[in-house]
Amino acid sequence: MYPDDLRYSKEHEWVRLDGDEATVGITDYAQEELGDIVYVELPEEGEEFKLSDSFAIVESVKAASDVYSPLSGEVVAVNTELVDKPELVNEDPYGAGWMIRLRPGDASEMDDLLDAAGYEALISELRA
Amino acid sequence: MTTLSKTPLHQVHVDLGARMVDFAGWHMPIQYAGLIEEHQVVRTEAGVFDVSHMGEFTVSGVEAFEFLQFALTNNVAKVRKGRAQYTLMCSESGGVIDDAVLYRPDDYMLVVNAANVETDWEWLSSLATDFDVQLTNRSEEYALLAAQGPKAEALLNPLCDLDLTRLRRWRIRAATLDGRGVLMARTGYTGEDGFEVFTASYDAVRVWGALTAVGFTPVGLGARNTLRLEAGMPLHGQDISPEISSLEAGLSGVVDMNKGDFVGRSALQAAAGSRVLRGLWMVDRAIPREHCLVRTEAGPGMVTSGTYSPTLKVGIAMALLPPAVEIGDLVSVDIRGRQREALVVELPFYNRFSKPDAGDS
Repeated sequence: MYPDDLRYSKEHEWVRLDGDEATVGITDYAQEELGDIVYVELPEEGEEFKLSDSFAIVESVKAASDVYSPLSGEVVAVNTELVDKPELVNEDPYGAGWMIRLRPGDASEMDDLLDAAGYEALISELRA
Repeated sequence: MTTLSKTPLHQVHVDLGARMVDFAGWHMPIQYAGLIEEHQVVRTEAGVFDVSHMGEFTVSGVEAFEFLQFALTNNVAKVRKGRAQYTLMCSESGGVIDDAVLYRPDDYMLVVNAANVETDWEWLSSLATDFDVQLTNRSEEYALLAAQGPKAEALLNPLCDLDLTRLRRWRIRAATLDGRGVLMARTGYTGEDGFEVFTASYDAVRVWGALTAVGFTPVGLGARNTLRLEAGMPLHGQDISPEISSLEAGLSGVVDMNKGDFVGRSALQAAAGSRVLRGLWMVDRAIPREHCLVRTEAGPGMVTSGTYSPTLKVGIAMALLPPAVEIGDLVSVDIRGRQREALVVELPFYNRFSKPDAGDS
């Protein structure tokens, strides 16, 4: 549920740092809260986002929700498969449901994100 | 914090792992397995909803007919014993206080929206002082299960002492279901064939168990909303309200101007209607939501209900538009600051039945 190799934001995004690129998506908890996702609106490659900027919108049957950037950086890739298969976010949030890859602008921001244990603790508080 | 009301099936929903929400003061299941899956189950197989939060008022007494004929917009003369009819309660100004289904298993029984039980009760009680009637609020005594979908009849029939193949749409009969006394009505709010089962509150858990045991899948209020929107059925508080007249909402078919006097009649007769409720079918990939502004060549309009349609796989909405806007026109919907194109279509978006469906056929 909370892979050990990821870092997590309190707004329920995850980050996987791989060399100088960071893959970003939303967590299993987030996809479950949103319910069936039917549209994902993604940014373009080359767009730059600051920490906590909204970089995407995920829309479920019930509501539209912003997805906030857990790091500052420039978008180097977007998961265009989500345009036709938004359900991948529900089915595989940490894998095929990834949203964007960023080139982080400030590596120290990684230190402010939660590790798996920290995020798990946050979720158990929310569910209590 | 106010305490939420609970139906007799509350613990059943919690045990099933349903996501529970505050709905009109009730703690209700919005979904179990997933909204789209539950929606599809009702369109293709059979689902069961707990709608026990809805209100039931019975009306008896020598002037029950005259009272209802005055309080409701549809023609109560058509509601012979064993029938049901979709109807409205209007204010003097023609706004819709609530929509309801009037059943007549024996005495008249009016089933109203959960959010409006108190308002309706006060309104009807005030009107009733001029009539020789007994108005009784039986909302606590009844649980209501909606058993909906193309397989509902086949699944329910073995449980029921009535031959359900002979219970037509908009009919209601007393029956026994799994050994319990119930009222079986062939009505619903999904645009699908199905039944609404009125049970005593203390029998609700047993009857729910009997339905799920024969193959009804639990369905939450989330799918109830997408199903009714596809079926073009208005939701009170959004598509119809005290501020929206029944004629604007396209409900002239359930307002009988020829039946004699009723509350709201003179206002409805005078009103030309400055807007009309239409369907919007999104051309762009976007989902219109309640209160989104609609731009048309004839002036502005507003989305009253919008969602993603699991059946059509596009965004759909009901919207109040200027009367000059025609079916087939392209309009633009302001969705989170962006102009998105939509086609104006006739309601409903989905209908299993070919005829107009208000119980008067």
